[in-house]
Amino acid sequence: MNSITPPDPWTELRTHTNARIALGRSGASLPTTELLRFGVAHAQARDAVHLPFDACAIQQNLLANGFETIEVESAAVDRATYLRRPDFGRRLSMRSRELLTSIETSASDVLFVVGDGLSSKAVHRNAQALLLELRPRMEVAGLRIGPVVLAHQARVALGDEIGELLRTRLVVMLLGERPGLSSSDSLGAYLTWTPHVGRSDAERNCVSNIRSDGLAVTEAAAKIAWLITAANQLEATGVRLKDESETASIPAPVGQAHILPS
Amino acid sequence: MAYTHTLAGNIHRFEDLKSLLAKATPQRSGDQLAGIGADSEEQRMAAKYALADLPLQTFLHQPVVPYEEDEVTRLIIDSHDASAFTKVAHLTVGDFRDWLLSNSTTGEILSALAPGLTPEMVAAVSKLMRNQDLILVARKCRVITQFRNTIGLPGRLAVRLQPNHPTDDIRGIAASMLDGLLYGCGDAMIGINPASDNINVLTSLVAMMADVIEHYEIPTQSCVLTHVTNTLRMIEAGAPVDLVFQSVAGTEKANASFGINLALLREAHDAALSLNRGTVGSNVMYFETGQGSALSAGAHHGVDQQTCEARGYAVARAFNPFLTNTVVGFIGPEYLYDGRQIIRAGLEDHFCGKLLGLPLGCDVCYTNHAETDSDDMDSLMTLLGTAGVNFTMGVPGADDIMLNYQSTSFHDALYLREVLGLRHAPEFEDWLQRIGLLDTSGRLLPAKLRHPLLGGMHVASP
Repeated sequence: MNSITPPDPWTELRTHTNARIALGRSGASLPTTELLRFGVAHAQARDAVHLPFDACAIQQNLLANGFETIEVESAAVDRATYLRRPDFGRRLSMRSRELLTSIETSASDVLFVVGDGLSSKAVHRNAQALLLELRPRMEVAGLRIGPVVLAHQARVALGDEIGELLRTRLVVMLLGERPGLSSSDSLGAYLTWTPHVGRSDAERNCVSNIRSDGLAVTEAAAKIAWLITAANQLEATGVRLKDESETASIPAPVGQAHILPS
Repeated sequence: MAYTHTLAGNIHRFEDLKSLLAKATPQRSGDQLAGIGADSEEQRMAAKYALADLPLQTFLHQPVVPYEEDEVTRLIIDSHDASAFTKVAHLTVGDFRDWLLSNSTTGEILSALAPGLTPEMVAAVSKLMRNQDLILVARKCRVITQFRNTIGLPGRLAVRLQPNHPTDDIRGIAASMLDGLLYGCGDAMIGINPASDNINVLTSLVAMMADVIEHYEIPTQSCVLTHVTNTLRMIEAGAPVDLVFQSVAGTEKANASFGINLALLREAHDAALSLNRGTVGSNVMYFETGQGSALSAGAHHGVDQQTCEARGYAVARAFNPFLTNTVVGFIGPEYLYDGRQIIRAGLEDHFCGKLLGLPLGCDVCYTNHAETDSDDMDSLMTLLGTAGVNFTMGVPGADDIMLNYQSTSFHDALYLREVLGLRHAPEFEDWLQRIGLLDTSGRLLPAKLRHPLLGGMHVASP
């Protein structure tokens, strides 16, 4: 689209950040091109929130790759309830609780739960690849993994009840994160040691921003596997378990920043 | 003590004061989540009637959170100025609304009254008000604060420049910061939400901003929004800290979930004052709040989220902040479901804050899982502009790439100034004119390629 708005003379600054800078202006307002670009990003983020979770497709792919799966749902009956009532999203529906109670499965060291969270898109794009990266790492570490649980209308804490009923030592909840305009497909992984209903967020570790333009699946798998091993040694997750899988980020240089540091 | 009101032949009973306040509140997903909201629209109206009949004095004798259990209640009761309160001590909540709206109740009278008001009183009266009432009364209240410039003057609007970056990349942050300055934003402050809590990273951000402010002689102040204990460590290490940030909430338990208490805030306030970096004033604190934080921390004591929010303002007020920011739509739809609830909450927060004597600004914002969009944000920012809000946010393109939410943009600030004739903080306006970015009427000029602020770009280019 052509624009009658002259570009800002500082468009060069865009090389330094993905932030929406040097957009130009039509009077006080955004040029049409930028208004539409924003609209597209917002539309994609909104769609990601409301995109139905295609558990069936994920299940078929996982089965084809030799994973066992179980499908469950939270007590939030639909998306509108899910968004208003996080407490419902943290507990299983009666039917799913009965299912997990009746199921005969042996205790595991690690249980992976894949939940839609706030972006099914994130799950569709990243969850299976991440599981395929994680499985051999679990095997090498000698850890028994349980069946992969696929959970509809899930919040992080839903993994606590699932893990408790399926008698696992550690649950890893893979969940679609709240979509931003620049990233509508970001997956989060939440680790909880001896999961049971009532665990607090301070008792978990989180690896976030898992997506192709963020933390790549291979790197994420390495980090999660490191945390799982460390959790097994410590017999805990949460504030006591610090991510030391790599050296801390290097501080940026100080001084002379009034001219953009080169 | 229980309260009753009969409406259309039905007797409505309210267990206690906090129940009455919760039932009288406009519909809000957070109060429903907490299980304390009204069960029917008729019950909501009955609660409003009962609330309107309540003497304001009641709030001094019946704390909604027990005095013994909560240091925020103790702060509210112990710092209450009885002589300032005399002017309205004889009124009921309903009469108080009429009195606030009366033409003879001026901004000067309201400023003098502020120390005599408690958060519960202002929350209560806000529940009887329509949006236009909240705007009319808030517009009378002027809360002026100073550090390196003056915020809150009539006819002025300041903007907090928020140049965040997901990995705290200093070039990325500097680029967004320049963009904001070139669009005339940054008078409220330049404030970064860091991704890291590594002290070296935080210090480098503080130093970079101090460097820019000093180099270009910008009459503004900076802040890195990290936990107050990190800022204290930076101050001890001699970092050039201007303003001290902290999120605060309305109960002791909610503040504990933030890892703070009043004593820690006092320590931080003293430390920031000791640096003496302000040039025109010494308001050194920057607080952020937002409805839902007490509920989210499981620390609301059965008090509705708007009353909890107003109690958070009592915490902020005790430290004479330069700015207080209600980040209205940030937490998500389980607290404020849609545009309607966000708009109402933004106006309530601004009204309550201003009436209590706080320099309130608003991060007009939303997340993508709430039922809202930028049209609702346009409405709220325009309403807040007419209500005399002290500042709004300036985020590149309204899209925060670190916090993954949408706020207001540099362009939005240009729009607000244009439609409402609002000007910058005076010292900042002078600077913008001096540096050739603003014409004499206060309108933004197109920046020239050789503009001094762009001088460094060529250094950065390969």
